[in-house]
Amino acid sequence: MKKFLKGTFFMQGDEACAEGAIVAGCRLFAGYPITPSTEIAERMARRLPEVGGAFIQMEDELSSIALIIGASYTGVKAMTATSGPGFSLMQENLGLAVMTETPIVIVNVMRGDPSTGQPTRAGQGDVIQARRGSHGDYEIIALAPYSVQEMFDLTIEAFNLSEQFRVPVIMLSDAIIGHMREKVILKTPDEVKIVNRKKPKEPPGKYLPFKPEEDLIPPMACFGEGYGIHVTGLTHDIRGYPASTDPKVHEKLVRRLCDKIRLNADKIIRIDSRYVENAEIVLVAYGTPARSAIRAVNLARKKGLKVGLVRLITVWPFPYEYFRKLSRKVKGFIVAEMNYGQIVGEVERSVGDRKVVLASKLGGDPHTPEELLEIIGEVYKHVE
Amino acid sequence: MLSENLPPKAHPLEKLLRTDRLPHIWCPGCGIGIALNSFLRAVKKLNLDPKSIVLISGIGCSGRASGYVAFDSFHTTHGRAIPLAMGVKIARPDLKVVVFSGDGDLFAIGGNHIIHAARRNLDLLVICINNFNYGMTGGQLGPTTPFSSYTTTTPYGNIEHPFNLVHLTAAAGASFVARWTVAHPIQLARSIEKALNKRGFSFIEVIAPCVTLYARYNKLGRPPQIIKYLKEISVIEKSMDSSKADIKIGNKIFVGEFVDVERPEYVSELYRVIREKSGRKIDSLVR
Repeated sequence: MKKFLKGTFFMQGDEACAEGAIVAGCRLFAGYPITPSTEIAERMARRLPEVGGAFIQMEDELSSIALIIGASYTGVKAMTATSGPGFSLMQENLGLAVMTETPIVIVNVMRGDPSTGQPTRAGQGDVIQARRGSHGDYEIIALAPYSVQEMFDLTIEAFNLSEQFRVPVIMLSDAIIGHMREKVILKTPDEVKIVNRKKPKEPPGKYLPFKPEEDLIPPMACFGEGYGIHVTGLTHDIRGYPASTDPKVHEKLVRRLCDKIRLNADKIIRIDSRYVENAEIVLVAYGTPARSAIRAVNLARKKGLKVGLVRLITVWPFPYEYFRKLSRKVKGFIVAEMNYGQIVGEVERSVGDRKVVLASKLGGDPHTPEELLEIIGEVYKHVE
Repeated sequence: MLSENLPPKAHPLEKLLRTDRLPHIWCPGCGIGIALNSFLRAVKKLNLDPKSIVLISGIGCSGRASGYVAFDSFHTTHGRAIPLAMGVKIARPDLKVVVFSGDGDLFAIGGNHIIHAARRNLDLLVICINNFNYGMTGGQLGPTTPFSSYTTTTPYGNIEHPFNLVHLTAAAGASFVARWTVAHPIQLARSIEKALNKRGFSFIEVIAPCVTLYARYNKLGRPPQIIKYLKEISVIEKSMDSSKADIKIGNKIFVGEFVDVERPEYVSELYRVIREKSGRKIDSLVR
């Protein structure tokens, strides 16, 4: 096969994700088989050697994420892919990647959960876990593709964001998007934006590995570059040395790790909004439910209902400010999720006393546009 | 008195240490420093470029070693030093990657990774400090605690059987397996030299006293007595059979080199495939 694929293809979401990673510059994948993400690993196993990269099948998800952290610290763009149970196992080292500011990409093709749940069916039960699953205060970036095209495009975006902000980036896909086949247009690296991490400007001896620049992100020296850096999950000072008993160092570090995302949120957040300008109510969705939501909003508009759509491309950081502003002119919100209510809580936090209705769907089937249209009709009556 | 008249002299290993991080956190009489010293002496003897070495450790007393060496180093989460080291080694095969950690980190919480790294014959040196208990958390039962001995979580005596670390790693497929005690620093340094030159998975167990906890709970005496005792009960046999190297209270401790074989190594095989499929002479993932 060619190094990079170019043009129009009929492809599975998981396969498009793998191709996106290769275009983004990913040259190392480590993972453990798990439905419904396995096709990403299988595609990477075949494709990476062709482009001069390494595929490694690990003994579990704990080691998969540990391996890509180690690889990233040599300067390689590295990723893993998993689903709910594996994502749970990765949580401790997700925190290590946050604390050590390691750029990595984790693809979570979500299935029905909790526990072993529904391996072959879709769900969105890991959205809060992606944000809060590891212990401690931190901020993270998570993207939610809603099409095979976005499995390709957002994987590139995920690598770019992780390199720019030195933070793990999570792709929150699901079994429907992962396994679905549809049209996708693949681009080559020279047709897309590729971001690489900042490198030190000072020579070894003068460089301080965790001294941030104005954007709160420290330039990253890598192993084998002669800097002799020490990296630890312990609270550390700007030299990278453990300082776990110093309250000031700890407070400063944790605040910076959060602030580098919080204060740059407007640069990170991407929203796909439709008809919100004159909307009475807004339907909020991300990932698979957004597909039905688009249809439902179009149907509602045909019936003369003033309904808008907000599709979250970036799930984390959540666009609190955007919803705060929107709530000034919108009377009610419907949040369609394939879980028992996760992002709905964030919407509630943002919109004051505005009515927020959860359109929950569990079991693996997506909402139908008709189901959403019915809820739109009911909410419309109440807010009118 | 005498030292006042002598010019200040640098420690022979000073260039390999982050001296600005000293003093270290290890207890007086602890064996970890001796093992680290042997490792650094081996590095010096082989004249390895410090910039080409990466030291990776897990959590625990031994895990702190990564913070004291003047190499690129990573102090990882508990149990995950080996897979993280694997990531470094795969991406940069030209670097010497060494894992320096404790028995609990490597064989309890991280046990799965060491057997799989040995099975793959990953080019990696693992130095395991075996002090028979969890030191950092206050002396609890570990996967190496001898049967019937006392720890804070076996106050009535240990009812579990410990791993025989050299036999376990040998059985899992390691290319080089050795065991020494901290009473054998010279022999240990020689085995480390050998392992650093070996292409494949090397495992070296270092039996070290935890003078503050395990030794005290089991009334093994003061540090000098323990070192003397370790020397006395250690034996080197001509036919080194790792299956007979169990550690039991009152028994001899078998030390020496148990395995030294050649077999296809993981990173070399991985790059053979990458070179074949890409049609390029790739020897690193970093460009």
